[in-house]
Amino acid sequence: METVKINDLACNDLPWKVIYDTKRCTLCGSCVAACSFGAIKPKVERRRKSFSDTETPEPKISFNATPVITQVNILKHFCRGCGVCERVCPNNAIRSEHNPDSRFNVVYQATTASGPKRGGRNNLEVQARTLDTLRVGRISQMTDPSLDAERHTFDCLAPLGRVLPAQNLPFTLGPDGKLTKTGQTPPLNWIYPIIIGDMSIGALSWRMWEAVSMAVAYLNEECGLPVRQCSGEGGMPVRLLKSKYLKYVILQIASGHFGWNRIIKAMPHMVEDPAGVLIKIGQGAKPGDGGLLMAAKVASHIQQIRGVPKSDLLSPPNHQGLYSIEESVQKMFLSFNAAFKFRVPVAIKVAASATSVSVFNNLVRDPYNIVGGFFLDGIDGGTGAAHDISLDHTGHPVVSKLRDCYQAACAQGRQGQIPLWAAGGMGKTGNLAADAFKMFCLGANGVFTGKLMLQLAGCLGNEHSRCNACNTGLCPAGITTQEPLLVRRLNPDRVAENIVNYFLGVDKELRKLMAPIGNSSLPVGRSDCLISTDKAVADRLQVQYVC
Amino acid sequence: MCRIGAIKSLNYVHPSKALHLMNSQQKGHDNSGFAMVMQDLGGIFADHKEKPTISLACSDEGLAIAEEILDGSGFRCVFEWIPETNRLPGLDIKAMPNYVFRTFDYPKEMENATKREKEELLTETRLRIRFAMERGETGFVYSFWPDVITLKEIGNPRDIGAFFGLWEADESFTARTITAQCRQNTNYTIVRYAAHPFFLQGYVTLTNGENTFYQKNKDFQSTLHPGYIGFESDSQCFLYTMHYMHRQLGWPLQYYKHIITPLPFEEVVKREDKEELLAIRQSLAHLEINGPNTIIGALPDFTMWVVCDAKKLRPIVVGRTKDTVVFSSEVCGINEILPERDWEADIYPNEREIVVVDNNLEVQRWKQ
Repeated sequence: METVKINDLACNDLPWKVIYDTKRCTLCGSCVAACSFGAIKPKVERRRKSFSDTETPEPKISFNATPVITQVNILKHFCRGCGVCERVCPNNAIRSEHNPDSRFNVVYQATTASGPKRGGRNNLEVQARTLDTLRVGRISQMTDPSLDAERHTFDCLAPLGRVLPAQNLPFTLGPDGKLTKTGQTPPLNWIYPIIIGDMSIGALSWRMWEAVSMAVAYLNEECGLPVRQCSGEGGMPVRLLKSKYLKYVILQIASGHFGWNRIIKAMPHMVEDPAGVLIKIGQGAKPGDGGLLMAAKVASHIQQIRGVPKSDLLSPPNHQGLYSIEESVQKMFLSFNAAFKFRVPVAIKVAASATSVSVFNNLVRDPYNIVGGFFLDGIDGGTGAAHDISLDHTGHPVVSKLRDCYQAACAQGRQGQIPLWAAGGMGKTGNLAADAFKMFCLGANGVFTGKLMLQLAGCLGNEHSRCNACNTGLCPAGITTQEPLLVRRLNPDRVAENIVNYFLGVDKELRKLMAPIGNSSLPVGRSDCLISTDKAVADRLQVQYVC
Repeated sequence: MCRIGAIKSLNYVHPSKALHLMNSQQKGHDNSGFAMVMQDLGGIFADHKEKPTISLACSDEGLAIAEEILDGSGFRCVFEWIPETNRLPGLDIKAMPNYVFRTFDYPKEMENATKREKEELLTETRLRIRFAMERGETGFVYSFWPDVITLKEIGNPRDIGAFFGLWEADESFTARTITAQCRQNTNYTIVRYAAHPFFLQGYVTLTNGENTFYQKNKDFQSTLHPGYIGFESDSQCFLYTMHYMHRQLGWPLQYYKHIITPLPFEEVVKREDKEELLAIRQSLAHLEINGPNTIIGALPDFTMWVVCDAKKLRPIVVGRTKDTVVFSSEVCGINEILPERDWEADIYPNEREIVVVDNNLEVQRWKQ
């Protein structure tokens, strides 16, 4: 008889249970080899069998050793439910199943004196998404014709850069009746209204980062879509910094300043300006936390790019030396504007928060006119690594806050002066065009998205806690790991192709939404064309309630 | 559906011309009202061109409110014209008790004021009267400006003409520039203010079309100028954009088109003035319009112009003789009042041009 050891970890304490069928298993070993978390292992079970080998029953007992696959009940190796074992099994002999009776959160903390960490996304959000209660309900008909999505021309670009109010434009009226620009205006680029969000090389595997870069270059050079990607905090390969493709990249600086040593050293050799600089103050998925790259992912090439030893890389929660918005404006924005000789727009990224409007107001009223974009990131955004408690219990949805910022701008007659870019769950249900379009109508000039790119690459994670192991460096899809064996699972050409195709689809779908409302340019601030089936949402966002 | 029309002439023209211009297009509008703005006045107003005239439609109580505000501000009445109205039974008109057109001298303390200061006083006074009359729904004030008269009424244009005796041409009530339209704002609540043409500080516009960027235009304009109010019609946005660009920013007329219907990016980047055009597009992105439109307008110096939306989804024709130019949604309107003109010289403006007529009736076509 076994003793019940109630305080030992058991597999039914864990969030996922491995379901295994001995009869179907051929013991090929594929699942064990494929499981990057070491959550399953082969073992030998002692099996008791009663049988009879005579004409009349004379039961005999035999014991034999049967090799099986079994779940590991070690905290470090708990099953993430990624499903790779099921994918690789030729006989459907194994799969993982969500354990509704999991005691994981309690057991983990009681054992390690620390809360669990994960990568991925907020997993508590179970109610309907705000954006899904909205529809494009103002359809042009009769006297105001809908446009033809296939044949009409559409202008689908968004500004990145500070916009001056018309009365401050440095125009001189010549004797020929023409206005001539006779002074400096802040740098501004018109780009595609969807930016591929800031995921660092380090958080992503080099193949994944390369795939995103290839997709962006292809979209620009071959498809005519000026899509930009943001580097994330972690620098860039020097070869790319010195290449012409730098113009498609927005360089990010966050509180750890990772990678900037190399960026600064590469500046004299740059043949193109970057598309922008994004100063990351906060992140929607884990507001109040700085970036986190676990030591497991700090491989030698990451150490080189960032100039760091192999250790957990924690960016401070705030930028050291910045004690006020005014200071941040003066110091950081001016220095980054100056660094690229006022040719490159400098924007800020903050986590959506109850106080976002105050921050936005401070920036939009800055007398220097140098804040080139307000990137607002909501709770549904993803992250490479965070404490569970931050992911699940801190943050603010982006939709109402973006709307608040736009309305704050309207109240001051300053809409558009600092372009608004929104993120945090854009394309969460797979339709990025619809989400983006609704955000435009609510006042966003553009949106940015990161997690969706991982889904396009084959990420196995979801909002129901599946996988979410980006922090471990053991990503089974080769997307968020630096382990060469795992990274090789990812085919960067296929990933780039998926991203390109997806964007081409999004571009068509945007037109399919612009055409019925009769607009040939982006309907930024056209809340009148949205309706909501949820009264509370309609009231909060000031759109028409319908039933 | 709207039909719009405008007449600009070297000679003083009676508003019956405008009624004839619009009457022939009645299948295209719904006969729900009549509104017109007369500028560069002749006849009985010819001696008062420098002095502001107020155009009121109101109850007795409303008139008392207006008088109190005008007196209180020091305006001194120098001339009054009260149209003889024919209150015949059976006329389709929702008439107001009083129609008052009074011309004033500026207050004494404004004697040495600049033109701009006087103009701001006129607008401020008009807005005060408007707000005061709105509180008790006692009337409407359409314009208070030198050399301008505005009339708006609800009903059948034919009957409105009969009511005001406008079908009989005479030389006492004339103007060189007349803009007119025969429809109330049937899309939304019927409000007299919502009828085109719209007027602000010498600027006039009237539109055949819809502005699908109304919400964002309105959100942006609401904070730009105290006169940008009402927004009873989405077409008021076109007036406010013109006023903002031309008067507030001091930009020439040709830039209007670049604001409301900017060139596609791929065309802008090929132009010499791309820096200016991109800066304009960036700064005034919220004044861009969308939807089908033809906009006729007049400037304070009476220059008349017309533009279309970027896809030319609404019609407009410009016909002319030596002494008259007529803008009309349908050519039948011009045929009615300028039958002898050279039809081959008619202009059908395209989606990328502004047609401009100055006070010498020189017609120019500017390509955007």
